[in-house]
Amino acid sequence: MAFNADVKLDTLGLFCPMPIIKTSKKIKDLVVGQVLEVVSDDEGIKKDMPAWCETTGHEFLGLEEELNGRTMHYRTYVKKSK
Amino acid sequence: MPLTTTKFDPQAALAELRDKKPERVTLVVLSGDMDRVMAAFIIATGAASMGMRVTMFFTFWGLNAIRRPGARSAARDWLRRMFGFLNKGGADTLPLSRFHFGGLGTSMMKRVMKQNRMPGVAELMEMAKDLGVQFIACTTTLGLMGISKDTLIEGVDQFAGVSTYLAEAKDAQVNLFI
Repeated sequence: MAFNADVKLDTLGLFCPMPIIKTSKKIKDLVVGQVLEVVSDDEGIKKDMPAWCETTGHEFLGLEEELNGRTMHYRTYVKKSK
Repeated sequence: MPLTTTKFDPQAALAELRDKKPERVTLVVLSGDMDRVMAAFIIATGAASMGMRVTMFFTFWGLNAIRRPGARSAARDWLRRMFGFLNKGGADTLPLSRFHFGGLGTSMMKRVMKQNRMPGVAELMEMAKDLGVQFIACTTTLGLMGISKDTLIEGVDQFAGVSTYLAEAKDAQVNLFI
C-alpha cells in the first residue's frame, strides 16, 4: 500500500527522542488534512509514532519498511488532524 | 419567565478542557549522573513533543546539570565555597553512574554517542528549553551545596521549594524521581 505524502521528514541516523521531537515541530508547518512522511532507521519508531499520534490526536496512517543496504528504513505516515 | 436553554456540546467542552489543562509530567532530578540525567531529559523532551506540560525539579546532584561550566561558587563561607569547588558542575562534566573509571569510561561513551549522532546532555537540555520544559531549581539544596544562582545556566524558570513541586505534581499524570 502506498501513501501520498505532502511533506517528507528525514530522521535517518537519529535516535530516540529526536524523530518524535522533529515530527512534533514539523507537523506545525502542515495544514489539517496534509500527510507527513517520517523516515527513520530507529526501530523504536514502529511503536513510538502510533503512540505519539494517539497522544497528540493526529491520525496514524501506516508504516512501510524497506531494507536499504544493511539497515532497515521505516516510513511512517501521519495525517495532521487538528 | 422565559425558559432559557444553553447549548452544551460535551465533546467540545471536553476538548476545550483538554486544551486548557494539558497532561502534565513532573520529574525530580536528584541524580547528577550523566546516564540518569540523560534519561530524564529524553523523557522530558519526548513528553513535551507529545503536547504535555513538563516541569523538571533539580535538586542535590541534579543541580550540577544546570550549572554553568566553570562558574565559580560565590558562597559566603569557605566550607560551602570549597564544596562548590570540589563538586564540578556543567552538563558536559557529568560522570556515568557506572563505568566512569576516572573519566575514561565516560569519555568513551561520549565518543560512541558522537559517532552515532546521539545528542548529549547539553544538547538535550537545549532542546528541552526550546520545547518549553520548565526548569525549577531547589533553593534549599542550592544553599546547602554552595551553588549560587548566578552560577546556573540562563533559563531556570523558578527558584522554589517542595510546595511548588507538589502543587505541580498533584495535578500531573506522570511523576518521576530520577
